[in-house]
Amino acid sequence: MKYLHLIWAALFRRKTRTILTLVSIIAAFLLFGMLDAVRTSFDQAGQSANGAERLQTGSKLSFIQTLPQSLEMQIAKVPGVKTVTYANWFGGAYQDPHNQVFSFAVAPNYLDAYPEIEVPAAQLKAFADTRTGIVVGDKLAERFHWKVGDKIPLISTIFPDRNGNKTWTFDIVGIMHSKDPKATGWYDQLLLMHWKYFDETTPYNQGTVGWYVTRVADVNQADRVAKAIDALSVNSDHETRTESEAASAASWMKQLADIGLIVGSIMGAVFFTLLLLSGNTMMQAVRERTSELAVLKTIGFSSRSVLAMVLAESVLLLLIGGVLGLGLAAALIPGISANSGGMLNLPTVGASSWLLGLLLMVLIGLLVGALPALRAMRLNIVDALAGR
Amino acid sequence: MKRFLTNLLLLIALAVALAIWVKLPWPGVLALAVLFALWMLFTRRGRQAASVTGVGISTLRQRLGSSAVIVVGIAGVVAVLVALLAMGEGYSQTLRKTGNADTAIVMRGASASEVMSVLDHDSVVQVAQTPGIARDAKGQPLASPELVVAANLPIKGGSPDDEGSVQLRGVGEQAWAVRPQVKIVAGRKFKPGMRELVAGTGAARQFAGLVPGHEVRLGSQLWTVVGVFSSGDAMDSEVWGDANVVADTYRRGSSRASVVAKLAQPLAFDAFKAALTANPQLKVDVDTTLDYYAKQSEGMTKVIRIMGITVGLIMAIGAMFGALNTMFAAVAARAREIATLRAIGFRGLPVVVAVMLETMLLALLGGVLGGVLAWLVFDGYGASTLAAGTVGKLSFELAVTPALLWTGLKWALAIGFIGGLFPAVRAARLPVTTALREL
Repeated sequence: MKYLHLIWAALFRRKTRTILTLVSIIAAFLLFGMLDAVRTSFDQAGQSANGAERLQTGSKLSFIQTLPQSLEMQIAKVPGVKTVTYANWFGGAYQDPHNQVFSFAVAPNYLDAYPEIEVPAAQLKAFADTRTGIVVGDKLAERFHWKVGDKIPLISTIFPDRNGNKTWTFDIVGIMHSKDPKATGWYDQLLLMHWKYFDETTPYNQGTVGWYVTRVADVNQADRVAKAIDALSVNSDHETRTESEAASAASWMKQLADIGLIVGSIMGAVFFTLLLLSGNTMMQAVRERTSELAVLKTIGFSSRSVLAMVLAESVLLLLIGGVLGLGLAAALIPGISANSGGMLNLPTVGASSWLLGLLLMVLIGLLVGALPALRAMRLNIVDALAGR
Repeated sequence: MKRFLTNLLLLIALAVALAIWVKLPWPGVLALAVLFALWMLFTRRGRQAASVTGVGISTLRQRLGSSAVIVVGIAGVVAVLVALLAMGEGYSQTLRKTGNADTAIVMRGASASEVMSVLDHDSVVQVAQTPGIARDAKGQPLASPELVVAANLPIKGGSPDDEGSVQLRGVGEQAWAVRPQVKIVAGRKFKPGMRELVAGTGAARQFAGLVPGHEVRLGSQLWTVVGVFSSGDAMDSEVWGDANVVADTYRRGSSRASVVAKLAQPLAFDAFKAALTANPQLKVDVDTTLDYYAKQSEGMTKVIRIMGITVGLIMAIGAMFGALNTMFAAVAARAREIATLRAIGFRGLPVVVAVMLETMLLALLGGVLGGVLAWLVFDGYGASTLAAGTVGKLSFELAVTPALLWTGLKWALAIGFIGGLFPAVRAARLPVTTALREL
């Protein structure tokens, strides 16, 4: 530690070179921070504590197939089930069909199954009392500048009403706020309407339900309950498939893209380039300082401490650049999420990303410094001072 | 102050040059290159620049390690950029190929895609009888009422519980005539009225059990796979069955999702559309399949493109600074040599040109290397995603097209240009006397 100023001075001996290298390292770790955020957002889907208590029951045939509403009573009777509720996909879009909104037509007790979603009691009551009422996520409301009391038209990309009209009008009666930071990205973009109003207005639903959400009393019993629910409809014309929220989200994400592979290969290319680049810088730095290092050795620094100093220098270089880069990623990500119009919802750089990043910095620093450091250690004082 | 102003001017010129460079088509680049070569051959300055460049390049071997940083750094940028863009290209190509201008798709009004559309039996019959549709030898209209649903099937290589979604298309008798590109490659077509399936090659590759002779379970029913078809487009990711049987399984009654029809003449679409709109009993939207699939691919292609360019840009910044670093070091190492040149009468311009040319040559090498790498590894690489507007996994192949490789090369040259410019200017600015004295 007492040599820190010496290492620092050596690092900034050539300011231009160090700064240029630093910018490259910052760029690499900025990319790392952003891609890791994408990866975590895929991994985290449905991993919240409340999510573990919830089971999703959909048609075994396919996810677009609907289920009869009568199943609700049957599921409610399964031992271990605390709450059962249901929803339908509405496929809404605001103003332009491209402005898709996650909109569900839900049962009156839908929000009971999601204790992490907070709606003020008065608004909840207004929702229950208003046939055409909807509650919307806070980020969604922000995105379109909606507020409670607004009357908004919503285009359904699936369901026209009885007259063939595709535009539905709703009254915003409440704003949802998510208490669970892990699930925030999903709930605050949600729009919920009454299933009853939906079912009565469109001729295409006819009393069916898209999926059931069941909250179990005991998480450890979840598997048993899931099997019991599926057993209800075995050999009927509406067989079901029940899985935990986490499992269903994970299989969904896996079908969307093999994010791990894409992120992994990009990061491989980035870090390989970085290795070469900073390795080159360190090589140059040590070559230039040959005589200085020889002087250090002459005045009594051991070979090993010279080795340690060069290694420390390269690790320090990586750490400065890496921390700046990850910090920059952490600063930029909320802005990117906000500007993507709800398409991207990246969590900011989390503790695990920081840990992995720091580990990578130290590792790359050591790798990069190894060759020049060995060279510095093996330096022969007489030859180095003579400039041979 | 003067120094600051020139630097500022340099930056502005650089930004303008880059903006022009991005927009420049290949004939423009070729013209620039020819002009530059002529300048080098036929003017005094040009010949000076050529000889200084020659000296620089001949000493490259001594700076192999640091020059490799430029080459490899830029190769990395180009490879990643091209690969990501190739993903978007492959995706949109696959979807675009699926449609053509002489087939039309009719869906219920206000449906964003086939999956979301429902047409009742009367509408289906009326649409099929609309004038403008081609007819076969027997006088039957070449129109196929179709139903698109999702089926859960076990994924190949996964655990038995690991199910993915595949798009199951129930088709009418005329489907094969409407889509002549669909060919049976193994087994046979399904028989109407039977619980039989034919699978696309892409679907057969991704899901277990889609082999002729095997049975697969859809819900509570067993279906026999009787054939495999290939079409070279998005249909490859689908599984086909008889529309009536599929409708039965999925409780759709006599309703269908869409009617796909071959038009009598390629240009008859407008007339066909007018006829459909004029029919007061129908509330339908119609598009050529070309437009329909192009629209479906739009959103996703844009997302992939933005992602590719963002990642590419950040990597390019890293590579650019690596190049700057290397070239500053190279110029510093050759400071005395450059000063000598200037002392014996070479002007600043040839020195600037020489350093930049050297960097850009290295960058070009990196660009070619990265492009070739991307092409070798990723061209035809199979990928899949849940496509917009469908309910199944769409498998597609990454397409490394010449246009993409060209984009990659342009990026490489731009990085080389910036990476060389500042070191070159410094080399030309260095006072001759100080540089000569430098050790």
